[in-house]
Amino acid sequence: MAAATRLSVRNIHKSFGAHEVLRGISLDAHDGDVISLLGASGSGKSTFLRCINLLEIADQGEIVVDGERIEMTMKNGHAVPASRKQVDRIRAELGMVFQSFNLWSHMTILDNVIEGPVHVLKRPRAECIAEAEALLEKVGIAEKRHAYPAHLSGGQQQRAAIARALAMKPKVMLFDEPTSALDPELVGEVLRVMRSLAEEGMTMLVVTHEMGFARNVSNRVIFMRSGEIDSDGPPEELFGKGGSPAFRQFIGTFGK
Amino acid sequence: MDFPFLFQTMKTLLAALPVTLGLFSLSVLFGGFLAILIVWMRVGGNPILSRFARGYIFVFRGSPLLIQMFLVFYGLGQFGFIRHSFVWPALREPFVCAVLSLALCTAGYTAEIFRFGLRAVPPREIEAARAIGMSGFLLVRRIIAPIAFRHALPAYSTEIVMMVKSTALASLVTVWEVTGVAQRLISQTYRTMEVFLCAAIIYLVLNFLILQAMALLEHYLSPHRRAAAPLVPGGLPVSR
Repeated sequence: MAAATRLSVRNIHKSFGAHEVLRGISLDAHDGDVISLLGASGSGKSTFLRCINLLEIADQGEIVVDGERIEMTMKNGHAVPASRKQVDRIRAELGMVFQSFNLWSHMTILDNVIEGPVHVLKRPRAECIAEAEALLEKVGIAEKRHAYPAHLSGGQQQRAAIARALAMKPKVMLFDEPTSALDPELVGEVLRVMRSLAEEGMTMLVVTHEMGFARNVSNRVIFMRSGEIDSDGPPEELFGKGGSPAFRQFIGTFGK
Repeated sequence: MDFPFLFQTMKTLLAALPVTLGLFSLSVLFGGFLAILIVWMRVGGNPILSRFARGYIFVFRGSPLLIQMFLVFYGLGQFGFIRHSFVWPALREPFVCAVLSLALCTAGYTAEIFRFGLRAVPPREIEAARAIGMSGFLLVRRIIAPIAFRHALPAYSTEIVMMVKSTALASLVTVWEVTGVAQRLISQTYRTMEVFLCAAIIYLVLNFLILQAMALLEHYLSPHRRAAAPLVPGGLPVSR
């Protein structure tokens, strides 16, 4: 299996003040990989995900998206991206799904989905609308396309947010605890959409507490602990005998 | 009731309405642009510009508009370099002075109104826009400004209504707008009550129309705050 490397992250370090949140994380995601990032809260998994699309700027390390290295430079003793244009372009190639959906409240669902393609990618509007409607159909909320985010349930909003990210035709999808803000009965509808994306071969990085998803959908599980990768491997292995004692203890707290 | 007199008064006052409307619309227009510039300086991150903007807002909100207008009208001419500059032919005109001081003043208030609108924009929605590759002017134009403007609109309507009324001060720097013409009529007829009542009615009707228009605009811009399903059965309350 010699799939192309979609995302390569080398030795990411990040501190907030004196607190070192990430202590040298490295990761390669190949085409079609579905990687679940697990870990207790405070283990740095969300920060790591946010460093990848530069919503947080890592103090150190290297990020390569689909062969393109993000250029960094030093300013006042801090690492900063060298080119805003490059950051914008890289972000457009990485789909991000947030814990609290973050849809634009003043736009309809359809407008949310076409916003990026029309205004960032500058593609013809009619074409974007047709694609957006197909995406909304796919995530099962086509009938809500003219509704506003506030009029949708959490599960519907998150599915709209996934459609919004997909509309950019991303090379990698990043999910930051996509089901953590949802009531239990709404988690399933979002997970189903994510599973079908995985089956279509989308490269995905998923920060999650959904053990079922990590175990059954992802092909690789990374367990983070105090800013480092504790265990890394296929779910059969980690959930079988391969997991570290810390990982065992962690999944033990989920009652599984 | 002397209806012929009231009718005649109304007719005379209405003839001055274009001047009032001109003062109002030009000062709101220029004041609005100036306010955007001041807000940009205020929140842009440069400490010197930010301090300047704070000072500007303090001065123009903290002193009486009438004194500002007198300073512009009587004061500027005392400076030789202004009197001999190319702007002097314009600044000699009472109408220009009135528009200038009204615009300068409303810009201070409007800047604060816009700034509060900006603060109401949810950071998460800005982050979502960055995450799809938006930044700079595109981010402001597509996401930040539309949300901020919606939040600012109710307070901005009030400011606009204040501006309609503030144009009356221009009569004191010899601009013949509705109030000025009313005073001239009174000095000719000594019928204070009737004439000022007519003038008040003109301002009331004008403001009624403006408030209606602003309410319509607000209604048009906020379908997301109306309509069905206020209860979201799941997830966080939706960020506004």
